[in-house]
This record gives sequence, structure tokens and C-alpha cells, in this order.
Amino acid sequence: MSIDATLYRTIRLIRRFEERAIELVNTGEIVGGIHPYIGQEAIAAGVCAALRDTDIITSTHRGHGHVLAKGADPVRMLAELCGRVTGLNQGRGGSMHAADFGLGIYGANGIVGAGGAIAVGAAWAKRRQGHDTVSVSFFGDGAVNQGVLLEAFNLAALWRVPTLFICENNGYATTLTTEAAIAGSITERATAFGIPAITVDGMDAHAVLDATRTAVELARSGGGPSFVECRTYRFDAHHTWEHKARVRYRPVEEMETGRLRDPMEIQGALLDPATRAEIDAEIEELLEHAVDFARSSASPDPARAMDYLYATGPLGRDGTGLAVA
Amino acid sequence: MAILSYGKALQRALRDEMGLDDQVLVLGEDIRVGVNNVTTGLLAKFGEERVIDTPLSEQAFTSFATGLAMAGLRPVIEFQIPSLLFLVFEQIANQAHKFSLMTGGQTRIPVTYFVPGSGSKTGWAGQHSDHPYSLFAHVGVKTVVPATPSDAYGLFVTAIRDDDPVVIFAPAGALHLREDVDIASLAPVPLGVGRVHRPGDDVTVVAVGHLVQVALDAAELLADQISVEVFDPRTLHPFDWAGLAASLEKTGRLVVIDDSNRFCGLGAEVIATAAEGMRLTTPPKRVTRPDGAVLPFARDLDMALQPGSGQLINAIQEVVKAAR
Ligand SMILES: Cc1ncc(C[n+]2csc(CCOP(=O)(O)OP(=O)(O)O)c2C)c(N)n1
Repeated sequence: MSIDATLYRTIRLIRRFEERAIELVNTGEIVGGIHPYIGQEAIAAGVCAALRDTDIITSTHRGHGHVLAKGADPVRMLAELCGRVTGLNQGRGGSMHAADFGLGIYGANGIVGAGGAIAVGAAWAKRRQGHDTVSVSFFGDGAVNQGVLLEAFNLAALWRVPTLFICENNGYATTLTTEAAIAGSITERATAFGIPAITVDGMDAHAVLDATRTAVELARSGGGPSFVECRTYRFDAHHTWEHKARVRYRPVEEMETGRLRDPMEIQGALLDPATRAEIDAEIEELLEHAVDFARSSASPDPARAMDYLYATGPLGRDGTGLAVA
Repeated sequence: MAILSYGKALQRALRDEMGLDDQVLVLGEDIRVGVNNVTTGLLAKFGEERVIDTPLSEQAFTSFATGLAMAGLRPVIEFQIPSLLFLVFEQIANQAHKFSLMTGGQTRIPVTYFVPGSGSKTGWAGQHSDHPYSLFAHVGVKTVVPATPSDAYGLFVTAIRDDDPVVIFAPAGALHLREDVDIASLAPVPLGVGRVHRPGDDVTVVAVGHLVQVALDAAELLADQISVEVFDPRTLHPFDWAGLAASLEKTGRLVVIDDSNRFCGLGAEVIATAAEGMRLTTPPKRVTRPDGAVLPFARDLDMALQPGSGQLINAIQEVVKAAR
């Protein structure tokens, strides 16, 4: 597949996956809701297209796009969102913790900014083991106000760890605008530590891919971390709960203009219509199957609710005091 | 036989494990020089890649270690001060501890968090005198508090080899201890297996860490009136409930001395569990820090809030009297 088709396919897959997931939230088949990534797909697609299978990512509460772009099986991923035993995490993680360690996906994470230091540690460990693995930490603009992330920048720069910090600046941390939250600029947070930082158009998968390739090359050749701020716009709610809560914080005109630069259309325009239609059809079929698979998969056995808490096996007592080990 | 100090036991455990398994490395503040004496000499032996002086970035290096563990290493972190664990509660309780379950068993986080000098060090005041083991046991992190040099060796070795996160607290009040041991006989101590330091028939005293010594002294003092059994669980989570039940089968009476705050502390858990299902012939008692205690600076104030031998002796006598 050409790189244009690959990028489009990833964006399209994430878009349709999320649209199907929102339907399942609305029907109650996904409980708890999701943080839709719609509008931001070019970032995951562009970044992950520059990575190898063995490279590592850590993701966020808005993680579906990253996890899918890194290669996780959409079928098992949807089953995870539905809390099925066939899911990536056997129904133990759900939307905010989807992980596939075999593909270097060290988990979406429900705590803003938490993945940064984990990614730095993972890349450091791989380098020590003699691999030229690169790790990527995705996070939003809200995360650059988390102390632990800034501490992680320092460690990465100090120890020249092959890590990419990818900031998805969608202009809001839930309802708070970046202007109201961030003193100075986002990239200056990185340059203060001597980390090269650039800002790219996060609606353009090629711009993201190019920036990531440069950063990956630098990291693999021992040049240490890089920081890429991707300017983007979230088309949908912060979380699916928002529609019920009826909170208003974004001007209607802003939302309308924001949606005009749709990464799926920008990338789709680079393909001939036949190729595009072919990819679209393939994805529809895949997701149709994913929904069927999730629906027909079993829910985990409640008697096994404490499974996996410890790597070494069951430990402690249950809620009535009976020993489990 | 040789004299083994508590500090030397910890040092030997770490050195032995680093020698056995090159995936083990240690990180922390000022550890190359070894200001806490546990990591002294390790830099020369194992080099900079395995003995890592970190910047003062507890939150980042704690999750950095989680990343190391996910990628296959077995990091040990030395924390300079027990209250730093409050800073990294997110990184331990909310990240490292939860990853195995949340990922459906896809990863393991074999990190050892090590606190040399937990609890009151007299004169270090409010932010340096915490002994927060109950917090970690409460959230389910494997929690270890060795009372003797040989247990310090054996439990530290076990913690490092364990595939889950483990916090190991070396109480400040135990660091001066020395033991006459055959070095060749030092061995790993399994988690979840307590130790009866002194057998007795009238009352079981559960004591943790440096308080084991306090309990042994009290038992000696009372020896001609009351036969006290001193039970040290050694690991708080997992807890040796069977060992405690066996002791209570014999004595039927229970006193817990616990350097936690009273409310939701380890003492509360031990007593609740004993009351639910073990043999108790009289109401149990616990000696703890006060509810929500913060240790004040002045020596007499600091001592006043720590569970001590006077209160323990009273509690033992009351529990035994109630039965007669
Ligand atoms: C440390 C932390 N604080 C607060 C929250 C609640 N929360 C979840 S997402 C979010 C906003 C994050 O904004 P940003 O990092 O910009 O990412 P975005 O949601 O815009 O993708 C908040 C406040 C959290 N999960 N973690």
C-alpha cells in the first residue's frame, strides 16, 4: 500500500471505529463512555507510520487512535471497550487502559501526563538491552501542566533517552482553553530542557509523519528526545458524557470552522476515488465483524474479578474475609 | 558466626542480587556515594548503568522504573525519606500496582521500593517521621517490614526477586540492630510467613519492625507473671493469618503494637480479623500512634506519640487481667 493509502486507511479506521463505539455507548453496550479522538486521527496515523512494530508507545485517556494506529486488532479492541473476555485486556481495562504489550503498546492511561516517565523508562531499558527501540509518549496540552511530565523531560534529555514526546494540542483540557492554562508556550516547556521542539499541523498526516521521522532518526542515532506539538481540533465532546451534561464552552463558529479542516478529507483527497472506496468498504466490513464479535463474546466470569492483580497469582482475602490464597 | 548489622544486611542483599541477576539495578538520590550506607560500594562493583543517581524527581523516576520493569528490568529504588512515598503514591498505587490487572495480565512490574530509615528518627519532625506501611498494605501493594538483620537480608532478597511491586520499609528504630549469624545461612524469607520471636501461653503480642524489640523487652520484663508470645508478621501484605490464628489458638488473647496512626492502621486490621474468626477469650487491645498523628519536633512530644513499652505493658496486663 502506498504511504498515502496507509495514512488514509489508519485515519479512516480510527474515525469509523470511534463512530461505531459512540453508537455502542448510546445503546448502552459500552458502559462508562469514551473520549472520542475524532478530528485528531492524523496525529496517531502520522506518528505510528514512522514507527516499527518493536517501538513502544504510551497513550492517554483519549487513546483509541494511538492504540489502533500502532497496530492493535480493532476487533479485540472493540471487544475490550465492551468489557468482553475476548478483549485486548480480557475486559479488565476498557477504553482508558487498552494495551497490547506484544506490539509495544504500553497502555492507554487514565491519569493525565502519567505515560511520559513510563515511556522514558521503557526506552532506556531497551537501549540498555542493546536494542535501537524508540518510545513515544502521547499526551494532550493539559498534560504539560503536570509536574511528573516535566520531570520526565529532564530525565530524557539528561540521559539522552530515545523518546518522542507528542503533544496533541486541541486547544482544550476538558473545558479549559490552553490560553487560560499555559504560561509561556508549549514548545518552550521542552526547549527549556534542551529538547528540540517543533510545532506542526496536526490535521495533516504528512506533516506529522515528516516531523516524526526526523525525531525518530535523531533518537535512534543517539541524539536523545524530541518534542512535537501537533495543532489539532477535537470535533466531538471531551467525553461522551458531555452530551448529557449539556455543558457549553466552545463557540459554535469555532466548532464549525474547526471541523472544516478534516484530516480524513485532507488525506482522502490524495487518493483516487476507487482506492478510497475500496479502503472504506474494507473497513466497514471489518468493523461490522468487530461489532458482531464483541456482541457475541462472553462477559468475564465475576468469580475471576481479581485475576491478574498480582503477576505471582492470587493473594489476600475477598470482601467477606475468605482467603483467596 | 559473624556480627551482621541491619544496614550491612540490606547492603549485602542488594549486592548479592545485583551479582546474581544483571537485570537488577538500583536508582535513587545520592546512592553512588551511598549517604544511607546501603548502596555503598555498588558503583565500583556494578558501574554507572546499574547504580543510577537520579535528579530530585521522585515522581518521574518512580514511573521511569515502571517503564524499566515493563521492558524487562528489575529496578530497586531507594527513597531517602519515608514521606517521599506520599509524593509517589500515584506512581506506585495508581500505576505500578494496577497495571497487571488493568492489562489482563499482559505485564508485570517487578519494582522494589526501598525505604532505609522509616518512622521517627527523633528530631526530624513532621515531614520526616512517617511510617506509612499501612497505606501500602491498604491499597494492596506487597508490603514488608523486617525486624532483624537476617530478616532484612532475606526479605529484601525476596522483594527483589518478586514479580510484583514491593515496598520494603527498614524502620529507623531497627537500623542499629546487630545479630550474631552464620553468614552462609542467610537465605530468602518468603512473603506471608510470620515469625514467632518468643513463644508464650498467655497472650499474643503482634509487633512489626522495630517494635518487635520493644515487645521482646516487655515480654522479658513481665516474664515472671505473664507468658507473652511475640509474633512478627514480617510482611503486612500478604499477612500470615494462619500464623496468627495458630498463636491465638494457644493464647486466646491479643495485643497489637503498631507504629501506624490508629484510624485505619494495621492494628485495626489485625484486631478486626482476629475478632471475625479467631480464638479470642478477652477483648483485644492495640497500642498505636494517635488518630491522624503528625510527629512534633520536640523530643518528648515525638516520643509521646509513638507507641512504646509503657503502653504495651499496660495493655498486656489489662488484656490478661480481663480474663482472670
Ligand atoms: C492528573 C489528572 N487530572 C485530571 C484528570 C481528569 N481529566 C481527564 S482528561 C482531562 C483533560 C486533559 O486534557 P488534555 O491533556 O489537553 O487532553 P485532551 O482531553 O484535550 O485530549 C482531565 C482534566 C485526570 N484524568 N488526570
